This record gives sequence, C-alpha cells and structure tokens, in this order.
Amino acid sequence: MSLVNPTKSTKRIGLLLAVIVLVAFPLIFNNPTVTTIATYCVMYMAIATAWNSFSGFTGYVSLGHAIFFGTGAYTLSLISTGLNMSGGFPVFALVPVAGIAAGALAIPIGFVALRTKRHTFVVITIAAFFIFQLLAENLGFTKGSEGVTLAPGGFAASDYNNPFYYASAVILILTVFLVWHIKRSRFGLQLFAIRDEESRARSLGVKVDRVKLVSFVLSAIPVGMIGAIWAYFIGQIYPQFAFAASFDVTVALMCFFGGLGTLAGPVFGALVLEALQRYLVLSLTIQNLYLIIYGLLFLAVIVLLPEGVLPSIKKQISKRLLPTGADVSFNSPDSATSGIPQASAANKEPVKEGKAL
Amino acid sequence: MTAETDAFLEVKNATRSYGGVKALDNCSIKISEGKITGLIGPNGSGKTTLFNAITGYESIEGGDVYFRGQSITGKTPEQIFALGIGRTFQLTKIFARMTVMENMFIATQRKEGWLRSVIRPAGSSEELDRAVEILKFVGLLKLAESPAGSLSYGQRKLLELAYILIADPTLLLLDEPAGGVNLSLIKELGDHIRYLNSLGKTFLIVEHNMDFVLTLCHEVNVMSSGSVFMTGKPEQVRSDPRVLDAYLGIDDFEEEIVVP
Ligand SMILES: Nc1ncnc2c1ncn2[C@@H]1O[C@H](COP(=O)(O)OP(=O)(O)OP(=O)(O)O)[C@@H](O)[C@H]1O
Ligand SMILES: [Mg+2]
Repeated sequence: MSLVNPTKSTKRIGLLLAVIVLVAFPLIFNNPTVTTIATYCVMYMAIATAWNSFSGFTGYVSLGHAIFFGTGAYTLSLISTGLNMSGGFPVFALVPVAGIAAGALAIPIGFVALRTKRHTFVVITIAAFFIFQLLAENLGFTKGSEGVTLAPGGFAASDYNNPFYYASAVILILTVFLVWHIKRSRFGLQLFAIRDEESRARSLGVKVDRVKLVSFVLSAIPVGMIGAIWAYFIGQIYPQFAFAASFDVTVALMCFFGGLGTLAGPVFGALVLEALQRYLVLSLTIQNLYLIIYGLLFLAVIVLLPEGVLPSIKKQISKRLLPTGADVSFNSPDSATSGIPQASAANKEPVKEGKAL
Repeated sequence: MTAETDAFLEVKNATRSYGGVKALDNCSIKISEGKITGLIGPNGSGKTTLFNAITGYESIEGGDVYFRGQSITGKTPEQIFALGIGRTFQLTKIFARMTVMENMFIATQRKEGWLRSVIRPAGSSEELDRAVEILKFVGLLKLAESPAGSLSYGQRKLLELAYILIADPTLLLLDEPAGGVNLSLIKELGDHIRYLNSLGKTFLIVEHNMDFVLTLCHEVNVMSSGSVFMTGKPEQVRSDPRVLDAYLGIDDFEEEIVVP
C-alpha cells in the first residue's frame, strides 16, 4: 500500500535522498565526461519541470520555449562581454537577470499566443521561435552567425564542471519547489481546470487569460536562467544552438516520457533521456543517429504508455497490490491531489445535511 | 403577487438566429424570486439557447436580460457567475482528470493576489468543510477522491450541481438535470432542489421529464419555435391543449381529434 500511495514521511525521505544524490554526485564521480553529462541532465531536469508547469498543467503545448532559453543565453553572454567580465563566479550573478529577461519577454509572447485555440497556439509558438532565431542571426548586437564568445570561467581544470553543475542544481531545486507549490495551490487547480474544460472554468469565475499568462511567464523564467548557465558553460554561443529547433521537441518528449502534468515525471524523463542522448552521441559514430532513436522512442511512448512511464508504473503496482476497483484514485496521475487533505475530508464527522447551504 | 411586476430575472424580447433558424424569436420570460420555475418545450424550441443568452454564453441580436432590476445583457459568463447566477449544462461539463474534491474548489471565490494564489494550498479549512457538506448533501462524498471522469452520467450531473453550490449562487439554471439519470436518483434530485429552494434559492429548470417538472415547479413556461407562448401553474399546463399542440405539431394533433 505504501508503495502505491506513499505517505508524507516516505515522500520526504525519498526527496531527501534525491537531494543528497544531487548534491553529492560530483563529489563521488569526478570524471569530467560523467560530470558534463550530469550537468546537462540537471539543466534539462529544471527545464522540463518548468515547461511542464505550463504545457503539462494547461494542455497548451509550447514549442517556443527555446526562445526563453536563447534569450537567457544571450542576456548573460552579451552583458558579461559588454562589461568585460573576466569569468569566475561573479558571472553567475547574471543568471537571475537572464531569468527576468526571459520572463519579461514571455509577457508579450504569451499575451498574443494565448488568445488563440490550443492548436493555433502550437503553431504560433513555432512561428515566434523562428522569428527569434532569425533575429539572433541578423541583429547587430547579437553578432549574428559569428556568435558570442565569453570569457572563460577560469575554474580549476580538475573540477571545472562543478560550478555549472551546482548552479543548475540550485535552479532545479528552486523550480521543483515552485512547481510543487503551484500544483497544490488554487492557481494549480485552475490550470488543471483549464486543461480539462477551459470554457467551463471560465464560467466558474476562473480568470482564464490571466492564469494562463502567469503560468506561461513563470515557466519561462527557469528556462531563461538555465540558458544563461548553459551559455557560460559552453563559452561560445551561436544563434542556431541557443535557439535550437529541436529544443522544445526534446523537452516535450522528456515530459511525455516521464509523465506529463506530474511533478516527478519530467525530472525522471529528463534524467533518463538526456543521459541516454549524451551517451549515444558519445558512443555512436553517426552523429545524428540519436535523433532517429529519439523519434522511435517518442512513438513508442505515445503508443504504449500514453500517460508516461512513472504513472504507468504506479498504475501497474497499484493493480497488483489492490485488486479490482480499489485503484480509482490512481487513474488520474496528474490530478493535483497533493495539496488537498481529501482523506481527512472523507473521515470528517457527519455534518447536518445542508446546514449552511 | 408582487413578483409579477418585480421580476427576479427577466428576459425581454430576446432574439438570436443561427443562419436561417430563429433559435430565439422575441422571447420573453419572467422568473420570480424564491420559486422553482420550469421551462419546457419540444426539441429545438430554444431552451438551451435562452440559457446561453442569460448566462453570457451567446450574445443576443435584440432584447435585454435583467437580473434584480439591473441589465446584464452582454456580460461575460464569469461576470454573470460572479453576480450569483450558476448554471449546469445539458451535456455535463466536469473536470474529468481532476478528483471530485478538486472539482469542488474551482468555483471557490477567494480574494487574493496572484502570488498568494500560486503559493497557498487550494481549499482553506472552511472551504473544505463546505465542500464536504455539499458532497455529502448530493451523495458524492464517498467518491471525493475519485477522478471525476470515472463518475456515472447521473453522478456527473450531481457533481455539476455541487461545484456550483460552493459559490453559493442565488439563482440556479439547470438544463435537463434529470436527463439520463436513473429513477431513484431523479427522485433524490427533486428532493435536493426542493430543499435548496426552501433555503431561499431560485431555480429555472429545463426538463423533458414531464412528471418531474410538473410535480416540482411552482410555475411552468412553455416554449415553442423560439419564444415562450404560455406561462402557468403545472396543472394549467398539463391540461392546456396548446401545450400538446406544441409538442405534437398542429397537424398531428388535429388528426388525433379526427380519428376517434
Ligand atoms: N450553435 C448553434 N449553431 C447553429 N444552430 C444552433 C446552435 N445552437 C442552437 N441552434 C439551433 O437553434 C435551435 C434551438 O436550439 P436549442 O438547443 O436552444 O433547443 P432546445 O430547446 O434546448 O432543444 P433540446 O430540447 O433538444 O435541448 C435549434 O434549431 C438548433 O438547431
Ligand atoms: Mg437544450
């Protein structure tokens, strides 16, 4: 029973273990190849969590979050080179600035794109993405296709990756913390209500347009901050990599794979798929073969596990442990159950029928 | 009766057409406060369209809607809901992937800034108490943790009623509450409506189940071809030949008379 419906304390212990592993990982594994992969994994875990908090919760699939990643990357790169910063830790102070820039940009984009229906929204985010990629290639201050070269970090070569790893880990922890709060909040319920039945939510007094926009902006901020850390990490950015066409598809796949709309799903999906992708790139001689493997995986997940891996595993376990009919509460992996003390609700002392109705 | 002159809800000469079809044709109706009013009429006579016009789901081309003496014509559905008019749909609209209890919290109206609404857990203890009370009232408390999508058709109708009640509307518009609901549940539904009415809530109910409407309602309006052509007590409506006309069509009705 506890496996299926973990109690608060088991959840806490699990979370604590996860944080310990996250913090201790670079201390245990110091092979640079491994820590590089780990750094990318942590970055994408944060990005997928943020993306999911909008697209997974509302059902509005954004294929334009690469705009916020690229904006974050360019914000840090251009400010640090503009100020002639000479690397080191002070450059990380620009990460929040990059987050603010991404969030600010998300306001007008969301304002326009969210006026449309779900399918149109997807198309508009793609169009916006290409506009920004073109801008990065053609505007003077972005240095076009030449790219921007940053001052090197100048950290000790033996554990060069660690500052980037830990910076990303901080963003990951903050993002998960924020999304956990959102999921159990009234705002979170409103997002799920929009996903399930938008017009009905509207008629029940939910300020649908505002709620969607706030969620969109909140999801853009961590993506921008990770973009900034990424730029500093690789040291040299080009428009087609900072604004990568495959970015959103990859992130969406991570969320679908792990479990769209859940809290752990995107973290799990990003960890598995990013590690797999980095491993495949390193070990396969044909550079883009991983894209084919990715595509096949995507199809397999959609067809075989439409709810994602984690929710499906959970369901399987609950089916084994609790025979027929007892698993109703697990049919809805993405319901925002966490915050509401429902169990206690059902046990409440009987109330006089309709006393205060 | 003062209610006649001082209507709680009044629609005056509403008109709305879809292509060539006049779904509402100079339609007028008055609802008295504290009463259960029925709205009947054959399929396609414009009942749902009238609900849509009142609740802001559809604009009307002509005419006006008044609630408590104020014009509410052209207001949006959320504004109308905020004024205290709740409605259910002929085809239920519940939040299928959320639990029954989560459905209950969508309509809670809380004054709080967006930041607080993001951070604070949904459902204060008073809201929870109230949700429990209402779910108990409609008999769905046992299913509080189930996804709403797993409810039967009749249970969905009850949930739709329940999640509106949490916002404490003064006027409830129910579009075919008994449609597709099993007999024992229909009786219960009637009891619920009567009980809520005794607490002061006003109802306007569209329903095809004649027994249900005629035993429950204080007053019944009959619609045909986009307008209300008669209003009366249930027993008047039951015996009025024009009502039969409307349902059967005039030709059929004359045939029925001629045959014997
Ligand atoms: N969105 C729409 N587009 C086109 N025609 C519509 C639309 N909504 C309603 N109509 C038409 O308007 C007329 C009235 O429809 P309405 O749904 O109001 O009837 P009703 O009295 O609720 O019928 P029922 O008892 O079957 O629910 C019908 O002829 C219908 O075809
Ligand atoms: Mg109808």
